[in-house]
Amino acid sequence: MDITRNKYDGIAVCAPVTIPYTRYSLKSSHWFCGQSIAALIKRAKIKKEAIDGFCISSFTLSPDSAVGLMQHLGTSPRWLDHIPMGGASGGVALRRAARAVQSGDAEIVACVGADTNHVDTFRNTIATFSQFANDAVYPYGSGGPNSSFAFLTDYYMREFGAKREDFGKLCIAQRENALPVKHAMMKKPLNMDDYINARTIADPIRLYDCVMPCAGAEGFLVMSIERAKFLKLPYTQILSTIERHNAFPDDPIQYRGGWAIDVDEFYEQAGLGPKDMDLVQLYDDYPVICFMQIEDLGFCDKGEASKFIKDKDLTTKGNFPLNTSGGQLSQGQAGAGGGFLGVVETIRQLTGEVLGYQVDNVQNGLVSCFGMINYDRGLCTSAAILSKGDL
Amino acid sequence: MTTPLSKPKRKDPTKRTRIPSLPPGKRSREAHGLTAMAAVGRFALQVCNECQKVQYPPRQICSNCLNDKLFWRDVNNGGKLLAETKLQHSNDTYFRDRIPWRLGIVIADAGPSIVAHLGEDCIRDQRVRMSLSIDRAGNAVITARPEKPTQLEEDDVQLREMAFNPKDRRVLIVDGKTELGLRIAENMVAAGARDVFVGSAEPWRSSSYLDKINDLERTSIYSLDVTDTESVKELASMIGDKVEILVNNSYHLRMGGLVDKFDINTAHDEMEIHYHGLMRLAAFFGPIMKLRSADGPHGASAWLNVLSAYALINNPDLATYSASQAAALSLSQCLRSEMAAGGIRVLNAFTGPIEDEWQQIAPPPKLIPDTVAKRIIKGLQDGKEDIIIGAVAEEICARIAENAKEIERTIKL
Repeated sequence: MDITRNKYDGIAVCAPVTIPYTRYSLKSSHWFCGQSIAALIKRAKIKKEAIDGFCISSFTLSPDSAVGLMQHLGTSPRWLDHIPMGGASGGVALRRAARAVQSGDAEIVACVGADTNHVDTFRNTIATFSQFANDAVYPYGSGGPNSSFAFLTDYYMREFGAKREDFGKLCIAQRENALPVKHAMMKKPLNMDDYINARTIADPIRLYDCVMPCAGAEGFLVMSIERAKFLKLPYTQILSTIERHNAFPDDPIQYRGGWAIDVDEFYEQAGLGPKDMDLVQLYDDYPVICFMQIEDLGFCDKGEASKFIKDKDLTTKGNFPLNTSGGQLSQGQAGAGGGFLGVVETIRQLTGEVLGYQVDNVQNGLVSCFGMINYDRGLCTSAAILSKGDL
Repeated sequence: MTTPLSKPKRKDPTKRTRIPSLPPGKRSREAHGLTAMAAVGRFALQVCNECQKVQYPPRQICSNCLNDKLFWRDVNNGGKLLAETKLQHSNDTYFRDRIPWRLGIVIADAGPSIVAHLGEDCIRDQRVRMSLSIDRAGNAVITARPEKPTQLEEDDVQLREMAFNPKDRRVLIVDGKTELGLRIAENMVAAGARDVFVGSAEPWRSSSYLDKINDLERTSIYSLDVTDTESVKELASMIGDKVEILVNNSYHLRMGGLVDKFDINTAHDEMEIHYHGLMRLAAFFGPIMKLRSADGPHGASAWLNVLSAYALINNPDLATYSASQAAALSLSQCLRSEMAAGGIRVLNAFTGPIEDEWQQIAPPPKLIPDTVAKRIIKGLQDGKEDIIIGAVAEEICARIAENAKEIERTIKL
């Protein structure tokens, strides 16, 4: 029996909000979640009670989950989801919230990815990340994601001949995209010499391959198109989404992600192809992961990403606008907020609510998310194609 | 080739001594299955009883068929190095003090991909051999070295954290008046120990072994009587800050049972030497060694007790001796726990009957002291926790594992 997946007809994604990033914060994740929801209410000009669904993602909410947060914020939603998928949570939140609204289980769902960052937060998070991480990777040098991605980068470079200059091109373009974003952690232009000669963190990864952990939050609302129009909110529509966990478990080392399994269905549902994307947001905690996504999402064949970006201009003015607000590499990684950054930036670009540069003439945007590097590889992938809604 | 180990230098008193810190020690119960295998030097991983899939990291459910019958089995320790990194940054104090730190991801012949501490000579895409080692926090970790042993590989500073090659280290051997004491001293010198300190009790009693020790190079004899608190204290204050490997080979064996040969004096002496002696050594050498565990590649590292396998099961022909050994074994577990906090590993060697004047009527197979000494050195070099020496000791361990009640009823000399 062949079941066709339902489309996301009638669903609007709107009201992108960002709580400005700071390197460290004394505030709790509850504060960042609460500020995000307050910002969403303000942006949509609705009452708190109008939001009857919440989809929350946060590493640092512990010992609370989304449940305790609801009491904290005095909200009584009829639909609540807590998504523990880190970098993949934005794309996953989007599709779950859309189905909740589509089915009538909720009318307005607030999706929030938020995290705080105290001075010891990052170390504590990676030191107790998961059973496999505690048992089989953290006691090995305690490098955190740097060491795991060093393996993947080392393998990818050797297997496919990618050069550090290729990664550098991406990092430099993203930095340029980030320059007008006020709260970006990295505000100075980056050049190739700086990139290549930066201090080594975990060979072959150097400083500018890494994201800066920080505090901050990203959020958006999911509701019916009718309601978005009634509220006069510029919106985007969901053309397609995918989600996959623990893909290719038999690959000895990760060189592809779950997108590669689902890519055909992804474009089929949208009725579009990679060439139709006017802008692309890729999960960028390290450049090698962007390269994998460019390949796995069908922009080029496996191992060809270096070649693919060679003649592309990746800035907001270019012919392949990528991570148009600078991505996490320049803005910083606000924990689970990093998993929402791409979704929120896509909504911003398509609804004209950018914090930095606006890409001209945009209709369709692709966003891809990647999360939870556990033991030796990243486990969660998600992606979505959004298109500009007509007001 | 591995970078040769730097020669120990005279310590600069104006320089800060590195304060001991430990690698992250949080492990699941399943992961301690690795520790059990590492303790005896096995390379064993969980294997599914149903589908035979080899599992790593350790878990409770087979990742292939969801069966919960996973057993620890010896598996091929070969593999290929897929990717590597040299960490220049770490989030943990222990590693921060020791960077750069080399790591790799190995595809094991047995199946899984394994993140491992990497020996200096490992080369990408080439074959490696893995072992289960125990890190300074006392937990199992996997280390990888080139498939074929390379020159000076034991000099690898990173892997030396998990193994206790006597080379360039200073060793205290507690009792020099036994043949085993002599052989340990000889083998320590041969293995490149920087200094060998040997204890000698009862100065009125001459010993041909001690005379031979006296002739060894880099070896010096000190008065040490483990039954005398002041004696232990005095030696610890004299050389405690130089001891990097302590070998407690205190030995007092007399034949005899309990009901049939009541001898409280012998029992008292055995306890005094094996149990209270270990207490005294621990009280005075323990704290100093703990403070020096991070003192460069030549810092204090290991404490080894030479015990009898009868510590594990009472042999009625050696009733009180066995009991005193069991007491020492029990205390060694506490010692391991307390010394682990300072990064010092506690190892126990379990021997079968040794060919000496006190075990004349024990039937063969009996161990030549030189064999025991060589196995002790090898155990240190491999960083094993339990060094089982000889056929009798091995059989005792196997029989206890199989049916402790059976061996309890039938064991005799």
